[in-house]
Amino acid sequence: MTPPTEVTHADGSGATASEVLLVQPSTLSPARRTITGLLRSRELSIFMVLIAVTIVATAKNENFLFSADGWRNFLVNPSLLLLLAVGQAVVVITRNVDLSVGSIMALTAYLTGRLFIDQPGLPIIAVFALCLLAGALLGLVNGLLVAYFNVPSLVITLGTLYIYRGIVLSWAGSDRVNAGDMPSDFLALGNKAFLTIPVLTIISLVVLAVVGYYLHTARTGREFYAIGSDPDAAVLYGLDVRRRIITAFVLSGALAGLVGVLYTARYGTVSSGVGSGIELQAVAAVVIGGVAIFGGSGTVWGAAIGAFLLVTINRALPSLGIEDFWQRAVVGVLILGAIVLDRVLSKRQESKLADARELSA
Amino acid sequence: MTQITEGTPVLELRDVSKSFGPVQALAAGSLRVHAGSIHALVGENGAGKSTLVKIVAGVHRRDSGVFELGGEPVDFGSTSDSKAAGVAVIYQEPTLFPDLSVTENIFMGRQLVGAGRRIDRAAMYAEAAALFGRLGVDLDPRRLARGLSIADQQIIEIAKAISLQARLLIMDEPTAALSGIEVERLFAVTRTLRDEGRALVFISHRFDEVFALCDTVSVMRDGAYIATVPTAATTESQIVSQMVGREVAELFPKTAAEVGEVVLEVDGLNSPGVFHDVSFTVRRGEIVGLAGLVGAGRSEIARAIFGVDGYDSGSVRLSGKAIPRGRPRAAIDAGMAFVPEDRRAQGLVTDASVSHNVASVIRGALARVGLLTGSAENRAAGPWAGRLEVKTNALDMTARTMSGGNQQKVVLAKWLATEPELLIIDEPTRGIDVGTKAEVHRILSELAGQGLGILMISSELPEVLGMADRVLVVCEGRITADLSRDEATPDAVMHAATRHEEEFAS
Repeated sequence: MTPPTEVTHADGSGATASEVLLVQPSTLSPARRTITGLLRSRELSIFMVLIAVTIVATAKNENFLFSADGWRNFLVNPSLLLLLAVGQAVVVITRNVDLSVGSIMALTAYLTGRLFIDQPGLPIIAVFALCLLAGALLGLVNGLLVAYFNVPSLVITLGTLYIYRGIVLSWAGSDRVNAGDMPSDFLALGNKAFLTIPVLTIISLVVLAVVGYYLHTARTGREFYAIGSDPDAAVLYGLDVRRRIITAFVLSGALAGLVGVLYTARYGTVSSGVGSGIELQAVAAVVIGGVAIFGGSGTVWGAAIGAFLLVTINRALPSLGIEDFWQRAVVGVLILGAIVLDRVLSKRQESKLADARELSA
Repeated sequence: MTQITEGTPVLELRDVSKSFGPVQALAAGSLRVHAGSIHALVGENGAGKSTLVKIVAGVHRRDSGVFELGGEPVDFGSTSDSKAAGVAVIYQEPTLFPDLSVTENIFMGRQLVGAGRRIDRAAMYAEAAALFGRLGVDLDPRRLARGLSIADQQIIEIAKAISLQARLLIMDEPTAALSGIEVERLFAVTRTLRDEGRALVFISHRFDEVFALCDTVSVMRDGAYIATVPTAATTESQIVSQMVGREVAELFPKTAAEVGEVVLEVDGLNSPGVFHDVSFTVRRGEIVGLAGLVGAGRSEIARAIFGVDGYDSGSVRLSGKAIPRGRPRAAIDAGMAFVPEDRRAQGLVTDASVSHNVASVIRGALARVGLLTGSAENRAAGPWAGRLEVKTNALDMTARTMSGGNQQKVVLAKWLATEPELLIIDEPTRGIDVGTKAEVHRILSELAGQGLGILMISSELPEVLGMADRVLVVCEGRITADLSRDEATPDAVMHAATRHEEEFAS
């Protein structure tokens, strides 16, 4: 408790309330504020790590970046994980998690193959639409279960992870969709490039831009953050919490559905084991990218850079001659490092603010 | 002072009642608040103030009575209804989004949008800055809400209320967690709002604040309206006597017990920001009441003595033996028992059976070779449950399904099975119906008669006065009075409980 202070305060003299509380409006110009904000952002530091990894790997072997193949791989390899990370980020921002994305992706990947085999002549765009729809429906199931049963999304989506995978397994069995089963136009999508930038990368960057813009500038976009920051307060504010949570899962499911199609276009073969374990990579990308695992803060930009970093590191380490075991450990260290950094930063900020109050009170 | 009682009141409540099951929280609540007035609402804990506020805020629906806002009858089904009608409630601890900026906290859900339904951040920052300017506070609209002091969080709530065009603001004990300077700033803001012609209701236990800020004061007692007077025409002691003005009912079967040697010795206990320099003793056979207002630090003192919470300096001795701090197990082994306030959350395993619960603290002694058998538990639980007349069909009935009174008895049985020398009991009869209350009181009285020292925390003044041999009054973390049974009158306790901090400063 504060020591007794004289309650009568001469107006205008001594410590006024504003001096006391140390939270005055900043005096920086808008441009400088933007720059400091950017410099301090988590996204920028992850981006610097990404650049550093790329430079080191390229210095060791310049084909890492400066060859047609190297450049293509650098851009196209992360694009699928990036899409999953964008969906996952939206879900994590609402203080939930979606573990079923790998299974959804497998379902729609196999669905893509089946559509081409069973419905020859179906336009490619229709296949995309159907897979997006399928993913969205599976996401809707997740969302409804999370929103209406008071069960943590970790448990719900762990359940649907197995259920959706089970559906793929019983549907596909040991069957395998091969490149020969699909039209060459579709397969070309996976390899085509535009101004040296692969189409897959362009698709994922467009999705990223749209989702990022929505989260930043739409009323409902901001509500995802509010819900993740304090779900009880969100109810008190009269926000439609259930609807937002369902939306987040539908978005995550639809993006996983899209990833299923793109996967098929890129690799040409689909078995029932597609995408197992990728959900954890998506969560890892989100966490590394600075989205708080308990929701409320972070951006899809960060999650996207996190996905890029994960894939790039995985590609760089072998060329640096690092053993397989250590490659996985590096990812682990990155995740732990990101979380420890978060804790340290928020603790420091809190104690700084508390100190400021103690001194002045 | 007279002009404020004319015209149509902003808020009018007449004979509003509300019951929760068998408990009548509000019998006849009345309140009339005018525009341009700061209206104090005072009353003891449990007088029905909070229920009244929650009815106005739309949290609860009244059972009967008149409820008008600006002369129009209203009936709120939810908090958003009351918000839409221009009612804002500032709670003691606001709920904000810590990860969002101050401005987003003000505008969440109704952000200003520009072309293409884009959020117009610049306009919102400007609006927030204008709001803070109007309130005369300097807050950065861009900073995150995380780490803001409670005072600043309240300011944000107030800014939100103004931007919602609230005409009635209710502040429920807003100053309880504020420092002196912060209180001054809040008062300045409150006066600004009054001068803008809004109606304000200010709930506080601190009379100096009521007199400094408010023009009118309404007193409630036992769920009913007592009186409304201009603050200029009344005094603190008049208000106190209106608050407590009742006879201590002879509900309490307190039997004189032989007071023996000292059991508990607390010396100079300190925990910065929580309690200060707490020293007292409890003797064998004595019931010591720990009185004071909610939030005065009574439960915290009890928790520190039992070792649940730590403390910085001071000592606790039980029958002459020092009790190490921060180790409840050591306190239990030394013969202390603690029945916490929230018995469902902290005192009972509600999904477990009566005998499980009773045996849980002594399971070490019951276990054979580390294994615990149901029959051993039942053997141990049986006599205690019987003595306390726990009304259950069987000892394997789960605690969840029992009434509040019976749950309390199970918690008591659990601790008595440890054969303690000192019993600390926090709010022994909260949420218990009147009949069972008397039974709990009888049990406590009997236990004291058998030589147990009892430290009883209670917010119900009649209970303290009726049961305790000695009353310690806690105010803002300090013991401000040590009254014998004869000295302990409602007025004396209430005065000591509301004494404000400058009185200790000298």
